[in-house]
Amino acid sequence: MSTTNQVRDDVTIRFAGDSGDGMQLTGSLFTNTTALLGNDLRTLPEFPAEIRAPQGTVPGVSSFQLKFGSHEVLTPGDECDALVVMNSAALKANLGLLKKGGTIIANTAGFDKKNLNLAKYPDGVNPLEDGSLSEYELIQIDVVKLVKEALADMNLGYKDEERSKNMFVLGLLYWMYDRPMDSTIDFLNQKFGKKSPEIAEANIKVLKAGYFYGETAEIFSSRVTVKQADLKPGTYRNITGNEALVLGLVAAARKSNLPMFLGTYPITPASDVLHGLAAQKKFGITTFQAEDEIAAVSSAIGASFGGSIGVTSSSGPGIALKGEAIGLAVMLELPLVVLNIQRAGPSTGMPTKTEQADLMQAVYGRNGESPLVVLAPKSPADCFNMGFEAVRIALEHMIPVMLLSDGYIANGSEPWKFPQTADLKDIKVAFEGPRKAEDAEPFLPYLRDHRLVRRWAIPGTEGIEHRVGGLEKEDGTGNVSYDPDNHQKMTNIRRDKRDNVADNIPEQVIDQGGTSGDVLVLGWGGTYGTIRTVVHQLRKEGMDVSHAHLQYINPFPKNLEKLLKSFDQVVVPEINDGQLVRLIRSEFMIPAKPVNKVKGRPFGVSELKQAIREVVGETVASES
Amino acid sequence: MSVETLIDEFVKEHEADLTALPDLKGKDFSSDQDVRWCPGCGDYTILKQVQNAMPELGIAKKDIVFISGIGCSSRFPYYMDTFGMHSIHGRAPAIATGLKTSRPDLSVWIITGDGDALSIGANHFTQLLRRNVNVNLLLFNNQIYGLTKGQYSPASPEGSVTKSTPFGSIDHPFNPLALSMGADGTFVARAMDRDPKHLKDMILRSHQHKGTSMLEIYQNCIVFNDGAFELFTDKKSRPQEAIYLEQGQPLVFGADNDKGVRLDGLKPQIVQLGDEFSKDDLWIHDEQDQTKAHLLSRFFEHPANGEGVQFPRPFGVLYAVDRPCYDEGVVAQVQYAKQKGGNADLDALLRGNETWEVK
Ligand SMILES: Cc1ncc(C[n+]2csc(CCOP(=O)(O)OP(=O)(O)O)c2C)c(N)n1
Ligand code: SF4
Ligand SMILES: [Mg+2]
Repeated sequence: MSTTNQVRDDVTIRFAGDSGDGMQLTGSLFTNTTALLGNDLRTLPEFPAEIRAPQGTVPGVSSFQLKFGSHEVLTPGDECDALVVMNSAALKANLGLLKKGGTIIANTAGFDKKNLNLAKYPDGVNPLEDGSLSEYELIQIDVVKLVKEALADMNLGYKDEERSKNMFVLGLLYWMYDRPMDSTIDFLNQKFGKKSPEIAEANIKVLKAGYFYGETAEIFSSRVTVKQADLKPGTYRNITGNEALVLGLVAAARKSNLPMFLGTYPITPASDVLHGLAAQKKFGITTFQAEDEIAAVSSAIGASFGGSIGVTSSSGPGIALKGEAIGLAVMLELPLVVLNIQRAGPSTGMPTKTEQADLMQAVYGRNGESPLVVLAPKSPADCFNMGFEAVRIALEHMIPVMLLSDGYIANGSEPWKFPQTADLKDIKVAFEGPRKAEDAEPFLPYLRDHRLVRRWAIPGTEGIEHRVGGLEKEDGTGNVSYDPDNHQKMTNIRRDKRDNVADNIPEQVIDQGGTSGDVLVLGWGGTYGTIRTVVHQLRKEGMDVSHAHLQYINPFPKNLEKLLKSFDQVVVPEINDGQLVRLIRSEFMIPAKPVNKVKGRPFGVSELKQAIREVVGETVASES
Repeated sequence: MSVETLIDEFVKEHEADLTALPDLKGKDFSSDQDVRWCPGCGDYTILKQVQNAMPELGIAKKDIVFISGIGCSSRFPYYMDTFGMHSIHGRAPAIATGLKTSRPDLSVWIITGDGDALSIGANHFTQLLRRNVNVNLLLFNNQIYGLTKGQYSPASPEGSVTKSTPFGSIDHPFNPLALSMGADGTFVARAMDRDPKHLKDMILRSHQHKGTSMLEIYQNCIVFNDGAFELFTDKKSRPQEAIYLEQGQPLVFGADNDKGVRLDGLKPQIVQLGDEFSKDDLWIHDEQDQTKAHLLSRFFEHPANGEGVQFPRPFGVLYAVDRPCYDEGVVAQVQYAKQKGGNADLDALLRGNETWEVK
């Protein structure tokens, strides 16, 4: 059999194995190599909530999907072209995601009797042997045996051999998709080189063995090449949403020249923000792992009172605990950045699965009238921009800002044309200055400027000693007040102050399509890539449809109403049971239509396309 | 570029000239707000003594911050002409931790009640003590929820008849000082509203200690729990029921200083001074002795219960030791990282390890 060379526009591959098989690492190494080759790409890591779910079982399967192409790639792909399965459970859990005719690369050692049992295949059934996979290209490899052979001259234990089998598969895929091994070899040398050089050597050996196996074993009918994508010129790196968020925060600290204080408590999928910031102390960043989320946000408020950028990060359950303290920050009118990396709820829900169901919680989820700013990044790299924006708005408006990321963009990655420090805007901050006793005017902590923003008056400043607190304030003096008219006034002020932020954010743009027409698809947050891809296809297919994506949700951009009302229909797809759609309906009194999904997974392109067609069609039908 | 933030510059620029501190009196620390506690409430004397102590700290007014939770006692910051925050129920220790860690130049005081600190905020209270953040905590213990009008608290003795326990409370109470010792507090002390001079001394001692200073203050709630501490505060019974601790001094009490406490191994005993025992036989108070401090914190049997030996209730500093403070450690790490990191180069950070060019 001879191999032919194929050139393809894009490819989707999925690595799946037991959570101990190192699939996340394999996926990210493949991703880095692919990014360095200049393909556009998106990734979707999916793993169980348990650190080590029972080995060999379906709940213990960990997967990493990656789509890369020579054109714009905005989703990790609905279905994959190639599926790597390290054991029978991985096949069982993922076969549904493989295209008909796609390639399965199966590690046969993972299909012995024990593994088949653990994956709950009926007695005597082995999918590799019973012809049930005849619609696919099935490639069976005894990875364990080949790894053993490759390492025969090294004196390694069974465990170390076992651990390097993912490198074999990675090498094999590098050959299949025509990618170089250097960046992975560099990585292995860096990671293990110093501490245990023989582990580095073993892994590199196995990686190469996989590559050469592809070359010599002639098991593939074709080798696939995906050319460089036509990305905007510039220097790129690969980045996940949580990494980008960390960088956005550090950049904002630098650009405002303020220390940053993160008070937080570990929770999936937000912990990487803590890990990331904890490593950046040299930028003047302090991280405090508090005893719980209430202490976390409270400590951030304390830091903010002292003149630092107070930041707190969590996911839904933790945000629920922070509610009372966020209300305090609203009352104190101090800057505070609250990061919510959303996950599937309610309660503990599905910690490692994505969802966008905390929007109402962000906008309304506190006691009393408690207005704050809500932002949402639209992609992994956009977490940088919106993290920066969250700090900027909090500081410039002395107001809490909630940023809604989600597990999908937090862990997913994409190529990022990173900015230069010099291109980032400065954030101007000025503390209230000192006063001498002879100054006639007493300091009034709740005096405001034309935007209704009060001054940041920090301890250590002579002559402006003052008290703040959660009790209702008298406008101006900040003294405790139970006066009915004052409460009405302050309620209005806090609302108007939030609304004034609309003067300090960009107008809403149309991402694709005309500024008026039949249908506008309005999205927010992590659904951006999918909606963009779907709208692109729908337009090609002749639908008069545009796409707008909200990054600023509370307040809405000033031109949003006009924009929405320029379309006959507005469709709002969300990974929740209909939250933005409710805000849009109530704010603008238009019959916006929901498209919803709550399965812990992002929309697929074809599923969303069909859903939008249905929603739009239905209305047309009922009108006629 | 080494990172000098606006706060670093601010602190340098605003550093108080301690030699030129104005000559202030206690009343200079009272704010323009009317004090709104019930007439006769013990909070008044505590406020007065804190204000009286302030000019003796040797700290500029602008560098002092009072942070409280919620409760009658937590209204305190409004009455102090310093920086202040009246926050939310139980969370003052967490807010103070954030403030002190980011602004070690400030003198930070936490004002809390027995409900605030031992119920809703018990987690933060104990974590503060274990971290040993360099702040002072004044725990106003009136053994009742004052602000919510008279429910029992985690400090109320068993059997307390209150609005929420008409048949007497069943909960076993916290012993606040034993709890503080258990949480590895480094400064554990007790005072009472009715002995203002001693109270002021204890406030000053709290300030002098580096680390979390936990000062419990018995405070009479005249409306909902009047006389809760009468045995210790009443001039007649006090000599029998209270014992004042002084470093290096024997544990003596009684109307005519005729009684003492001695140690039989690790077992405290009350003895009559006279033929059999003299002062030389008594337990000598040592603030740095953890074992003794533990024993002292257990002199807590409620006299009304009539169970066990009734030891006199200790007042003063039970325990005071040095241990590294959390806030100092954090600042040191950040400083070290800044020095070692030399060029905190944002462009290098944004760039990361692996990049590629698109032409
Ligand atoms: C989250 C929350 N729960 C309950 C309350 C009601 N509350 C206010 S003060 C208080 C108890 C205060 O008792 P303590 O700390 O002993 O203070 P005191 O009034 O006795 O000085 C309670 C339960 C509140 N303000 N906030
Ligand atoms: S209710 Fe009690 S504690 Fe509260 S102010 Fe009145 S007397 Fe003081
Ligand atoms: Mg109380």
